Amino acid sequence: MTHDVLAIDDLTISFPDETTGNRRSVVKSVDLAVKRGERIGIVGESGSGKTMIGRAVLGLLPAGGRIDGGRIRFGNQDMADLGPAQLRRIRGAGIGMIFQEPMVSLNPALTIGLQMIEGLRLHAGLNRRDAEQRAVEMLHRVRLPDPRGALERYPHSFSGGMRQRIMLASVLLLEPDLLIADEPTTALDALIQKEVLDLMLELVRDLGTALLLISHDLPLVARYMERVIVMRHGAIREAGPVAQILTAPSDRYTRTLLDALPGSNGQFEKDTNRGVGETLPDGAGPLVDVRNLAVAFEGSRTWPWSRPPRLQAVDDVSLTVQPGEIVALVGESGSGKTTLGRAILDLVPVSAGSIRVDGESAGRARQIPRHAMQIVFQDPYSSLDPRMTIDTIIAEGLRLDRSLSRAERRDRVHAMLEAVQMPSAQFGSRFPHELSGGQRQRVAIARALVSRPRFIVADEPVSALDLTVQKEILALLADLQQAMGFAALFISHDMAVVEEIADRVVVLLHGRVVEAAEKAAFFAAPRHPYSRRLLHAVPELAFGTDGQRVVRDRRYAESEPPPGHVFAEPAHQRADYVYVSVAEGHSVACVAQ
Amino acid sequence: MSGGDRALPDSGRTEPRKRPWPWFLRRVNGIVGSVLLFVVFGAAFAGLVWTPYDPVAPDFRARFMPPDAAHWMGTDEWGRDVFSRILQGARTSVFVALSSVSLAVIAGTLIGGLSGFFGSWLDRIVMMLTDALLAFPGLLLALAIMAIAGPSEEGVILALALSYMPSVIRLVRGAVLSIREKEYVEASRAMGNSALFTLFRHVLPNCTAPLIVMATALFGSALLAESALSFLGLGVPPPAPTWGNMLSEARGYFVQAPWLAAFPGLCISLALLGINIFGDALRDRLDPRMRGFEGGHH
Amino acid sequence: MWSYALKRLLMTIPTLFLVSVIVFLLIRLIPGDPAEIMLNDLDSDIALEEMRSELGLDRPVPVQFVIWLGNMLSGDLGVSINTGEPVLSAIASRFGVTATITALAVILAVILAVPAGIIAAWRQDTPLDYSIVFVSILFLSLPSFWLGLMMIFLFAITLGWLPTIGFVSVSEDFTGGIRYLVMPVATLALVEMAVIARMVRSQTLEVLRLDYVTHARAKGLSEAVVLTRHVFKNAFGPALTVIGLILGGLLGGASVTETVFSLPGIGRLLVDAIYARDYPVLQGCLLFIAFLYVIVNLVVDLLYMVFDPRVRL
Repeated sequence: MTHDVLAIDDLTISFPDETTGNRRSVVKSVDLAVKRGERIGIVGESGSGKTMIGRAVLGLLPAGGRIDGGRIRFGNQDMADLGPAQLRRIRGAGIGMIFQEPMVSLNPALTIGLQMIEGLRLHAGLNRRDAEQRAVEMLHRVRLPDPRGALERYPHSFSGGMRQRIMLASVLLLEPDLLIADEPTTALDALIQKEVLDLMLELVRDLGTALLLISHDLPLVARYMERVIVMRHGAIREAGPVAQILTAPSDRYTRTLLDALPGSNGQFEKDTNRGVGETLPDGAGPLVDVRNLAVAFEGSRTWPWSRPPRLQAVDDVSLTVQPGEIVALVGESGSGKTTLGRAILDLVPVSAGSIRVDGESAGRARQIPRHAMQIVFQDPYSSLDPRMTIDTIIAEGLRLDRSLSRAERRDRVHAMLEAVQMPSAQFGSRFPHELSGGQRQRVAIARALVSRPRFIVADEPVSALDLTVQKEILALLADLQQAMGFAALFISHDMAVVEEIADRVVVLLHGRVVEAAEKAAFFAAPRHPYSRRLLHAVPELAFGTDGQRVVRDRRYAESEPPPGHVFAEPAHQRADYVYVSVAEGHSVACVAQ
Repeated sequence: MSGGDRALPDSGRTEPRKRPWPWFLRRVNGIVGSVLLFVVFGAAFAGLVWTPYDPVAPDFRARFMPPDAAHWMGTDEWGRDVFSRILQGARTSVFVALSSVSLAVIAGTLIGGLSGFFGSWLDRIVMMLTDALLAFPGLLLALAIMAIAGPSEEGVILALALSYMPSVIRLVRGAVLSIREKEYVEASRAMGNSALFTLFRHVLPNCTAPLIVMATALFGSALLAESALSFLGLGVPPPAPTWGNMLSEARGYFVQAPWLAAFPGLCISLALLGINIFGDALRDRLDPRMRGFEGGHH
Repeated sequence: MWSYALKRLLMTIPTLFLVSVIVFLLIRLIPGDPAEIMLNDLDSDIALEEMRSELGLDRPVPVQFVIWLGNMLSGDLGVSINTGEPVLSAIASRFGVTATITALAVILAVILAVPAGIIAAWRQDTPLDYSIVFVSILFLSLPSFWLGLMMIFLFAITLGWLPTIGFVSVSEDFTGGIRYLVMPVATLALVEMAVIARMVRSQTLEVLRLDYVTHARAKGLSEAVVLTRHVFKNAFGPALTVIGLILGGLLGGASVTETVFSLPGIGRLLVDAIYARDYPVLQGCLLFIAFLYVIVNLVVDLLYMVFDPRVRL
């Protein structure tokens, strides 16, 4: 066992339970060994205890946490035998750690340089100048522009992705034997996530550092790690090489997790006849018709007399949604996809363009009843008023429908809650904080649908949820859509989810549409380079030729722009954009040459 | 964006929590604070309905009697029973503090709520005004208003209400600004609810936690400020007893009758201790992020 | 950074203007005719009219305000009705006392309270923490006027260690002056210490929970380095604002404490002016204190930039 960098035997960690006053174990009898240079991933959903293992190794459990049993050995030292000073010698120098939130893991009041060299000076005993030199070299290796200048700057002047690179550099600077990375890229966009992970892999390989990656994202772990440990409720359910876990999972929970992965068992069955009772008259126009929509936000002015800076969140976007159709709006954070959804519902002011819903102009004197359009939000923790019961929350969706009697209203609420499998008898008088995330999202869906809208905007409705719950909610949405026939604008950053639920895909980049296509055409042959990068960044869980699951990057053949054009990039003037149709219903933003 | 450990476990409590005791009786600080507050309010109630002696009628045969069985806290230079005056003073102090804080909270909530929710020019005017009013530190504004109103109970109530209003406006406005961005408020607008309905139905009710915490702190401040004003001779005028003017009168007989200064001061301290301890417990429970907010005084 | 400083500076102008308006209106609201107060009741109606026009009271209120503001800006705060002394010089002669006591009290409070607050948070939920929290809440609950009286009773009357009340300038008689300062400074310092310690403790608790502190520990830094380098700077910034508010408030005169110890400070000047209906003095004090308070807060906000590089507006 001496060649193990880290060996954990029978580790049990407990926290006090506020409600009962007893202690509750969050990690139960966990065994784990990391060999020199090995890459192991711990996968689990929230509450699985995976984060606590990483913290316990460094003796940095949050307040109230306690190791109740088991041993943690680093090299040939038992961590329990070490005094505080000896433990500190291992922290940083022996074991490095990277946390989830790059925005809060660097001290905002100190310069990058100081934070990077303080560990070096402590552990390697270097003087300031040598330490700074090493820091610059390392920042160079993580490909940070202007590494020397960066030393003088404060964390707030770097983006999330840059900060995580700085963190990576700062931790690997000490050349630890083991790197523990706790959800290091979860807060980042897919493209940046891939860059940071690729960089991390490259560096740990070069330095021979062992890596313990803690993540909720099974495909990601499978893509980058050699071995996987699956945890649930504090216990290890299964551990083994990646290929074995993927192809021959022995544990039932692992199989559930694999099945819950979007795309793992095909798409939801979808009736091509659209919604029930929804007959499309010939020549009927689209349900939602957005033309040349622009939304600009004014920033705060620097001086009272200066012009406020304008942020063009949505720039000349046109799109349509047919009755009963699910259109996915994809893009990274800051692409304007959320703003576009809000603008269609008149929640943010529009600066140019028109929105017609069912032929009615959605201008100031809008004729469309509000309850014809609804919205489901991303965060089930802030989308329900914490002081209202579930029944009241749903009933509010019917408040403005004066045609309903009190009894009808109650029946509608009960029926709706029944439809989202949250029976009113059981849940109606509860408050949101008494529900789990998935249950809250069911309530949010019920609130949006109780007025029987013809169109909803679903803004990242599953991205805050655990994988298995995500699957349930997506299935519920698909079922309800079948039954009620509403159309939806499904806003998401998650390509796998989009592939599962959408009929059509619209890609947004810096507030502009760069590609729009039927789902199948889009995933088979995305044209715009940005769409391809987006898809490429997300590892795909697929079935290999032998019918076994494999994780792989999506790869596509080279795509040539239409003759006489180049693909439009954000740097181009918006006025130069032309949408070239490359196939039926498939258009891509280009610029004529 | 994430499904990490930040989210709660998806197991969902199926039974609502059972609470055998009200929360403030389950912790030591809650118990101590509640008991002290109960004593203060009890004394105030007693001062309202019954006192052992007439708190204002002089009795020249019984001047400067040290505390004994008949006069638990002794008598003053007019021979009045200090204990009765303490009870009567409790009534005045509690009444003044409650009224001024209620006025400040009601007006401040309305103004701060509208200002924060609707923003634009209204907000700018309200902010400039509160900025200017907050430029008068501590008791200064109250002192200036007392100079206009002259010493009286109503004057003190008005002065303190006006002094505290800017802080309440600021607090409510801040809370409204953050709640306004919550998705349930957007959901309410998406349902077609009017802005005012949304403000009163979803936004203001969710400001109550910090507001209660602040009101408790302000109640302590008001109690102290009323005593201080009366001590300076600018608050509730004699012969009506308040803890502050009793202390002020006691200064002249310091060597002769130290109990005259000891008991009113002790009462103020115990009342404030009760409020502060209770307030801390309340804050820990209602609004952990408010830790560190201090009501300003002196 | 400099644009922030300039902007913050410019923002005080409307505040100061509104403060002037408020003071002007407050003084006009005081019942009674200032001309009458100045002339006593014996003088004739003609003299009263003359005095009115001399004071500008016969003009419209906005015109009065403009004239008044002009006088204020040129440093003419008027003359005391009672003593005939110019208000500005009356304030100047009293400010030294207030400033001495305030500065000493705040320095003492900060020196004791900041480490106490940090240590309490660092050792949260230990007997040490409970003791610090309890002592602070105890001091917080002692009204300064009562604390002052009890100190006088104990140290001056019973033990005779210190002079009872009054003030001797430190520049005239150093040891004697110090003896007069001990009790007022201790009174103010004890209460403010409680406020500062609680603030620092809660701020430190917030900071200790943050990832960058865990990360600093994960680097192997010792607790001393974590607290002094990583925690202090972030926790002290917000506490600085509170200290500034306290300092500004006290500089404006602790009317109550100055009354208890019979100190000739600004606070006492103000209260005496209210008793005597000496409205030029009252007005001068209000303006002076409010302006001073705004300026102290301005300086604190600018200092804040040192502790938090993320300055924005």
